This record gives sequence, C-alpha cells and structure tokens, in this order.
Amino acid sequence: MTRNKFDMQLEELEKLLTRMGELCELAIAKATGALKDGNIGQAKDIIVADEEIDQMEKEIERLCLKLLLQQQPVARDLRRISAALKMITDMERIGDQTADIAEIIITTRSLNDTTSIKDIGEMSAAVSKMVRDSVSAYVKKDLELAGKVIAADDEVDAMFDRIRSEMITLIAEDEGLHGGKAVDLIMITKYLERIGDHATNIAEWVEFSITGVHREAEEPML
Amino acid sequence: MDKLNIKNVNLHYDDFHALKDVNLDIEEKKITAFIGPSGCGKSTLLKSINRMNDLVAGCRIEGEFLLDGVDLYKDIDVNVLRKRVGMVFQKPNPFPMSIYDNIAYGPRTHGIHSKSKLDEIVEKSLRDAAIWGETKDRLKTSALGMSGGQQQRLCIARALAVQPEVLLMDEPTSALDPISTSKIEDLAMELKKDYTIVMVTHNMQQAVRVSDNTAFFLLGEVVEYNDTEKLFSIPSDKRTEDYITGRFG
Repeated sequence: MTRNKFDMQLEELEKLLTRMGELCELAIAKATGALKDGNIGQAKDIIVADEEIDQMEKEIERLCLKLLLQQQPVARDLRRISAALKMITDMERIGDQTADIAEIIITTRSLNDTTSIKDIGEMSAAVSKMVRDSVSAYVKKDLELAGKVIAADDEVDAMFDRIRSEMITLIAEDEGLHGGKAVDLIMITKYLERIGDHATNIAEWVEFSITGVHREAEEPML
Repeated sequence: MDKLNIKNVNLHYDDFHALKDVNLDIEEKKITAFIGPSGCGKSTLLKSINRMNDLVAGCRIEGEFLLDGVDLYKDIDVNVLRKRVGMVFQKPNPFPMSIYDNIAYGPRTHGIHSKSKLDEIVEKSLRDAAIWGETKDRLKTSALGMSGGQQQRLCIARALAVQPEVLLMDEPTSALDPISTSKIEDLAMELKKDYTIVMVTHNMQQAVRVSDNTAFFLLGEVVEYNDTEKLFSIPSDKRTEDYITGRFG
C-alpha cells in the first residue's frame, strides 16, 4: 500500500531533521567549549560542521519536494512537510550563526579571561536545549514541549540583557583595556540570542504542524 | 445562500440503511464535493437529489430535499425537477444521434421546436461547455465519433441546454485522461458563476482543486462537512483525517 512507503519517507524526514538538530546542538556546544578553552582547532571544526548543516538543509529540502510531488499530502501530512521546510531554514541560520561565533573566537583569541564566560556558557546551554527540544517536539508531536521552548526564549533574552550590562560595566571600569573583548563577547551573546529566536521559530512551526494554527499568524495559515 | 437543503434524510434499500440522518446545506453557485470510500452513500445521495432512486425497487426515502425551499419529493413534478437539476454521469453517455440532436433533445422534449431557437440553444450550450470550437463544423455528425473527453463535455452541454439551476456530476472525470480532466475541472469552475454544482469524486486532489465545500461520507453518514481548504488542511474528525491521508479506505 502506498501509505507504507509514505510513512517510511516521513520517518526518514524525522531522522534527517533530528540529525540536523543534533549537528546544530553539537556546533553550539563546540563553540562554547572553544570560547572557554580558547581552543582554535575546535572553533575551526565548527565552520566545517556548518557546511554539513547546509548540505543537510538541501537534502531535507529535496526529500520534502519529493514528498509534495509524489504524495500530494493533505491535512497533518501537509502540515508536517511544510513545517519541516520552514524549520530547516531556521536550523540553517543557527548553523551560520554558530560559525559566526567560531570566527570571532578564531580572530580574537583569549576571550576566556573574563568573568562573564560562565554566564555565556549558561546561555549557550540554554539555547542548545531550546534547539534540541524544538526538534524533539516535532518528532514526538509534543505540543507542550514546543510551548516550553517558546517560553524559554524570554529567559534567554534576559540572559542577553544581563551579559550586555556586564560588558558595559567592564568597558567603563577598565578604561578601554578590555573594550575590544567586551564588544566581541556582546556579539557572541547576540548570536546566541538569535539562535534562541530561531529555536522559537522552529517550535512555532512544530505547534502549527500539530494544531494547524501558527501563533504568530494574523490570519489562519490554512 | 443555500440552493438546496437536505434535512434528516434516511434512505433504505430494503433492509440496507444506505443514508443515515443526512443533513447538508448546499450553497448556491458554489461547487460542493462529496467524497468517501466506495459504498459510503455519496452517489446514492447525489442520485436522490434528482430522484433517480424513485424506480429502484425496495428503495425507501425519508426526510426532506428542499430546492429553494420546495420539497423535491412532494411539491415538484419529476420532469420539472430534472429540468432544474441536471445530471452528468461517470461514463459519457451521448445519445446515438448527431451532436446537434444530442443538445436539442432536451429543449425539444420541453416543447421548443423553432429551428432558430434551437440553433441558438445548441450554440450557447456548446459554448458554455467549452466545446463549441471543436464541434461547430461537425454538428450533424454522430456524437459517438467524439473522444471520451469531448463526449463528456457534450453531455455537460446537453445538461445545460435545458437551463438547469443545479448540475449534479457523478465522478465526471474518472474515465478521462488528464487533459480532458483538466478541461472539465476548468469548465466546472467557470459554470459555477451561473450554476450550483454538486460533484461526487474519488479524486481527492480534484476535490481540493475545484470545490468550495466538501462533505465526507462514511457508512451512510456525513462525518464532516466543511469549507474544502479547511477540511483538507485541518480536518476536525479523525475519520476524515484518516481517509484523506490514505490511512484507510
């Protein structure tokens, strides 16, 4: 029966999305590690990993287009496939932003001697969890988990504000000695904050794929 | 606005309960699709709108079919009903006569014999059915020489010739190739400016493409009746979801 093949293709889609999510998560973890240790080699790995994430985006796009063509999906199948197509755009951006963080680490070096590194580590762990949970919510069709990811974004935004204030204080107190570092760390933190936004977007598409309603849409999507 | 109201309809073929408490309001100048697995009652209901079940032995119908508020089974002569409600079948069924006579048959039955009037009706009907260009030079040739897709459009033209208000289509494209199917679908969408169309289809994508509203039938019941886009994107009943996504049926 056609449906068997279709179900297998949908499982394949879930596997690929999970893999892409894992790659994003790993890249974020490596970026944080490289930041803490000042490990340039690890930072360079991230830029390679970004290419793999880009390839996965293309692979998932191809699968989704094939599914649209072959299965002409309706109802929840249509929502799952269209949500996947939107989600991978956000995941690809997460990969880019993690690579941007890596580039700052490579060019600036020794960013790890400020007290805020611990806070940035916590923020990184928080956005990493958001990415993991958003993809997991898709695979498990878990509406509650998607809601938690969206709620977590407020905490990440608060972390960004706090670290930003710390950096401003650092610049003011140090009479410019750490000014360059502080700016770099603010940029890294901003990238992390953006990754949180992308994870939120993913979670909103997960909600759509489950309920048919997108919370940010002014008019019904379907 | 509603053209047709189907109220509390129950239909039995002897002991078999083919339609169970069916309630549907069919909107005027819209296309309504009936979908569902074989034997779910959708064609039975379509035929009942035209009283095609009257002569089926053992068929018993309860409830009301109201066309503009008038009961089809009580207050309208069946010949008048069939003038107001035309039908196109799954397999094209042109009469074994010329293209012209196929179209003129209905108007003649209703007492029109003036040649100029009939010429006018034949041309208008063929034009409205998007087949005038292909037939205008061969009106006197047999309709049986036409392709399946042309025959089906001829049958639609024949139905239009008596100026009906409602057009019932029972799987009108299931015997046609994709190009003919596309022509019939375009035609249906064009015709809804003037006619109310009810279409039974096994082709889900066709229902999505052409219809405004869709009713999903299962085991003689209407499980869900909704705006087509809604029904095919966020169905409210799990049985609808399972059927349209191919999980059963």
